[in-house]
Amino acid sequence: MRLKITATAIAMLSSASVWAEQEVDIRGYIGAEGRYFAEQSSDPAQTESQFSINAEPEFYWQWDRGDNALTFKPYLRIDSQDSERTHFDIRELSWLHVERDWELRLGISKVFWGVTETVHLVDIVNQTDSVESFDGEDKLGQPMVQLSLIQDWGVLDAFILPGFRERTFAGKEGRLRGPLVIDSENAQYESSDKSGHIDFAVNWRNTFDDLDLSLNAFHGTSREPMFVPQLTQVTQSDGSVAWVADALTPYYPQITQLGAVAQYIYQDWLWKLEAINRFGRQIDNYNALVGGFEYTYVGVFGSFTDLGIVAEYAWDERGESGTTATQNDVSIAARIVMNDISSTEVLAGFSQDLDYSQSRSLFIEGSTRIGDSTKLTLDMWLFASEDMQDLAYSFRNEDFVQLSVEWYY
Amino acid sequence: MLSKTNLKQWLSLVCLTSLLVMPAAHAQTAEEKGLEIAKERKARDRGWGDSESTSIMVLRNAQGQESVRQMRIRALEVQGDGDKGLTIFDEPRDVAGTAFLNFSHINEPDDQWLYLPALKRVKRIASRNKSGPFMGSEFAYEDLASFEVEKYSYKYLRDETINGEEAWVIESVPTDRYSGYSKQIVWTDKSHYRVQKIEFYDRKKSLLKTLTFADYKLYLGKYWRAHKMTMVNHQTGKSTDLLAEDIKFQVGLTDRDFDQNTLRRIR
Repeated sequence: MRLKITATAIAMLSSASVWAEQEVDIRGYIGAEGRYFAEQSSDPAQTESQFSINAEPEFYWQWDRGDNALTFKPYLRIDSQDSERTHFDIRELSWLHVERDWELRLGISKVFWGVTETVHLVDIVNQTDSVESFDGEDKLGQPMVQLSLIQDWGVLDAFILPGFRERTFAGKEGRLRGPLVIDSENAQYESSDKSGHIDFAVNWRNTFDDLDLSLNAFHGTSREPMFVPQLTQVTQSDGSVAWVADALTPYYPQITQLGAVAQYIYQDWLWKLEAINRFGRQIDNYNALVGGFEYTYVGVFGSFTDLGIVAEYAWDERGESGTTATQNDVSIAARIVMNDISSTEVLAGFSQDLDYSQSRSLFIEGSTRIGDSTKLTLDMWLFASEDMQDLAYSFRNEDFVQLSVEWYY
Repeated sequence: MLSKTNLKQWLSLVCLTSLLVMPAAHAQTAEEKGLEIAKERKARDRGWGDSESTSIMVLRNAQGQESVRQMRIRALEVQGDGDKGLTIFDEPRDVAGTAFLNFSHINEPDDQWLYLPALKRVKRIASRNKSGPFMGSEFAYEDLASFEVEKYSYKYLRDETINGEEAWVIESVPTDRYSGYSKQIVWTDKSHYRVQKIEFYDRKKSLLKTLTFADYKLYLGKYWRAHKMTMVNHQTGKSTDLLAEDIKFQVGLTDRDFDQNTLRRIR
């Protein structure tokens, strides 16, 4: 739905017509999704199947040939089981102003940093909307003032980020989650400003022929919470008193993160690297990295199908005591792009933990188009973990298959 | 003693004389004639600056089922190198807002980026291999790249009448070893150096596709653009029509309209 509205304003003083060309664009989708879990839930409140509907309309209005633009993108999901997954968010509500060597964005928006496929280490501006999808690719809208300077020495983005967004988590009736519910109603903060703390971020990037480089820094409320067990006193049958954890409270510390990203193209190879150093009063000073390659073979066996191979290794200095499951993990995936009328694609792969040899996950993600504007997506995740020390252990019973249909307009 | 100016004049006189004498001395070879026509074709298309157009692609399978792609294409002429191009997809709706940025080069692989609006992510594409299909169509990426003389070696074959026009038939062999083609046979009309038809031969040297050009229109009194390009794949029976709906020249696009920042906020 792309409309061109030409409005004529007559400037009375000069008696000349001033033509202001404005453009309005409305797009979006309405979707339905079903999830089925193969194994019985760890909590009787949970179920084996889950259905939901969602919608994401986008309203866009531009003038001055796009040098000024307003975007409004609300999002809604209604879930049959999980009251936490039933949620509304403003993904975007922003004004953009473009000049020859700078740009300014004011409002709620989304920014992506990074190059890797399996783990997004440096990407920190927007909070993860983790009830949306397991892969963490969905983000909540972040209020921001973004100033971009476009110069010969690269592009510098400076951000002021007022208003922290708490991470979303599956509720008591919802999945995927561990045995303990995360109590996001009572989140705790290191800063006395709580979610009102104003964060800052800066990112520089430039392309040097076949090499893309970027360096960034963030200071403020960590997007990744730590979890504090909520303890309840119970009197056991023998009369002794014990403390039992029945929920987890998210705790958001103040952090500084320095990040670096490099990507190098060599023939059909893309080499990728992301690295961070993160520190703060309440957390250990640590380094983490993710790196690997993507190789694309165009036209396998003389067909029109492309085969891409993605191999990445993720490492976290804190190792087994850290807060990430990908502390020493290898992921390998194949992406098959059919290049057909229906734009059929399949991504399949697995991750293997190198510290916990029994810990691995397998995923398949396939999508195709039906008719002119309906997209069908099938996702499947299988988890295996036998060591209780491993963070992936809590997902061992969460194998699922998910089918979603999205109608685009 | 000869002064510098005199020397120059003398040299140019010698060159001119030899040029005048040479055709009589030995006839132009088929390779020289092919190259000359290719150079003139390129020369006649210089100076258009920048353009903006809306195009529709109709994809047809062997059973005649159709699917439509709609896109806007912005192009910037680059002197001494390949052109810059930005393609924004409007249909199908599930890929609306996806954009493809291409810096075409003469002697090295193109630089390519893809913008994915749902993730707000710009992905760089390793593009040594240009033979892949564009948006599921019968057009390969290399079929849509700007024409550069250095991309082929030429050989004039014969004269032929096509679409009611007198034309030269020239064999063009890609100089890039990663091209999907072993050769192309190109029909260029004598009246305006417009390409009327191209036959593409695959790496096994058999006929793969035929591209025909129709509805040529003249812009800025100098530049001819075909409004209908039909690509037929003889091996699969599939075909694609590329229809230009509206072409505007010299709309004021600059390098800034083809940078990664523009790609990130494209509509």
